[in-house]
Amino acid sequence: VNISYELLAHAVLAGILLGGFYAAVSIGLAISFGYLNVPQVAHPTFLVMGGFGAVILNRYGFDPILGGLLTMPVFFAFGWAVYTFYHHSFERRGEDADLRGIAFFFGLSLVLEITLSLMFGVDQQIVSAPYIGRSIALGDFRIPYRTLIACGGALLISGLFVALLRKTFTGRAIQAVAQDETALLIVGADPVRIKQIAFAFATATTSLSGALLAIIGPVTPGLGRLYLGKVFAIVVLAGLGSIRGVLLASLVLGVTESLLLATAGTSWTPAVAFGIILVTLAVKPNGLFGR
Amino acid sequence: MTMKHLPFALGLAAFLALCGGTVHVFDNEYLYYALFTILQLTAVSVAWNIMGGFCGYINFGTAGFLALGAYVAFIAGRYFGAPLSIQIAAAAGASGLLGFLMGYMTLRLKGIFFAIGTLSIAVILETIVNNLEIVGAARGMIVIRPPVPDVFSSYTKYLFFVMAVIVSIAIALSRYIQISWIGRGLRAIRDNEEAAEGLGVPTMTLKLIAASASGALMGAAGAPVPILMSFIEPTSLFSMNYSILAMAMPLVGGTFHWIGPVIGGVVLGVLQQLVSVLISSEINVLLTGLVLILSVVLAPKGILGLLRQRRRREVTPTPQHTAQDAP
Repeated sequence: VNISYELLAHAVLAGILLGGFYAAVSIGLAISFGYLNVPQVAHPTFLVMGGFGAVILNRYGFDPILGGLLTMPVFFAFGWAVYTFYHHSFERRGEDADLRGIAFFFGLSLVLEITLSLMFGVDQQIVSAPYIGRSIALGDFRIPYRTLIACGGALLISGLFVALLRKTFTGRAIQAVAQDETALLIVGADPVRIKQIAFAFATATTSLSGALLAIIGPVTPGLGRLYLGKVFAIVVLAGLGSIRGVLLASLVLGVTESLLLATAGTSWTPAVAFGIILVTLAVKPNGLFGR
Repeated sequence: MTMKHLPFALGLAAFLALCGGTVHVFDNEYLYYALFTILQLTAVSVAWNIMGGFCGYINFGTAGFLALGAYVAFIAGRYFGAPLSIQIAAAAGASGLLGFLMGYMTLRLKGIFFAIGTLSIAVILETIVNNLEIVGAARGMIVIRPPVPDVFSSYTKYLFFVMAVIVSIAIALSRYIQISWIGRGLRAIRDNEEAAEGLGVPTMTLKLIAASASGALMGAAGAPVPILMSFIEPTSLFSMNYSILAMAMPLVGGTFHWIGPVIGGVVLGVLQQLVSVLISSEINVLLTGLVLILSVVLAPKGILGLLRQRRRREVTPTPQHTAQDAP
């Protein structure tokens, strides 16, 4: 195979931008699974819901990003409700919580996915905005604006989260709850309340990153299944409870997929994310920056 | 054979006789196709429960094991001219080997990590098949069927009976594992693996046995599919729905006893067939999701748990005496 350096350079650049987008869709899971140990397998379906939220508001003339921001409170409340239910039904009852918790989130994602397809059909839905369909020329390469927007969105979301975790009491409590719930009780914070807030925040990010999902390409109700491997690969490779790990892992996945796409074609790309998962679990189960 | 096993053996023999007899009575091809599907899903969930229910390790990649079985059976038939029985044995062998590898994964992975690991195996297998020309890659391939044995008037009936035999073997193996020393060890692992290890339970050996048996049965259940459809292609074989149902059925029925996945498989399987015929396959998936949520929330021990609770209430109408009441 003879591949020019320019083509490789382009693939790497495209991969970095793709990685930025992957970071945006994974941060919510890094909180809910990484910090709170909730087996949130419905996360990709939440993203798709965010995408559909942006699609609906876009029909009324709202910019997709603005749409994602507007639906955020709804997603926050939804996340709050889901965690509260999960906590009362599984975490508190203890017995076999692992198995039944995973089954619960799996069931939830099926129900949400089918509800979406009953409401909107299984066809592809797209959003329109001035920056979609245009691109910026960089030498011989063309970089679509939409990937820049997605990448910028990722930096924005992760920046906000890092600020929340470092600067606020709630944020520091979220970090604490990941390590020692009892200690949190001693300083007078309610671990369950902290987890409710954290899970609600994690869900709220999916409305914005779901909007980015709709900007990057068309959304369908079943799209979540494609992202399940990607988001878990990123969080596992990052190491639980590490936001900078998420950024780095997203770049690794984005660049690897992009390079493989440029050299071997589309048929091998689904294996990249899952290959990363298996290799990480086998070689370094704690991930790059795991606690 | 001791008295303990006699009723069980008679039950299985009666079931097989019923299945063998019924193909000469009713003549609706679709009926046997539906029954084949129900039996296949039951076999798969019985297999899943050996690892997931008895031992507490959640396999998310059931579809991968089933599809591997189907593809190995296909290769054995097409390229080596093997008869169906050998195809099934080869499928069980290959998926059993994959199960053995899955058993080794338990060395480092637990809970959701193990689940994601098994899902990864399935997706990577699917990607390989999608690129493998000798099995038709993503396009698929036509399967040349061997002749039907004379006693059966059609392929669907024949394979329905074959699946009845496979499900019987799955149930017998699962029951054996549960009541033997293996099952006791697996329960100890599920409850507290470190403690079991400390008490000298050979945890690794037991997990390898459970994982291999579970994988082999899934492969066997996948083996007759290529002949049934007279076509083989990856999308339907690697469908996530197999993995979801394999987990949902034991959870609905009850994971702590071999009969749990059988109950769940029959109940959910029949419900699924009815819904997909009467309404649509989309509602079918919605139903699976709802049943899954409701059962894990309202009946943590499945239908079996509800039945036991009820029986216990009937047997002991007065509050149970505790150790403190004793003199």
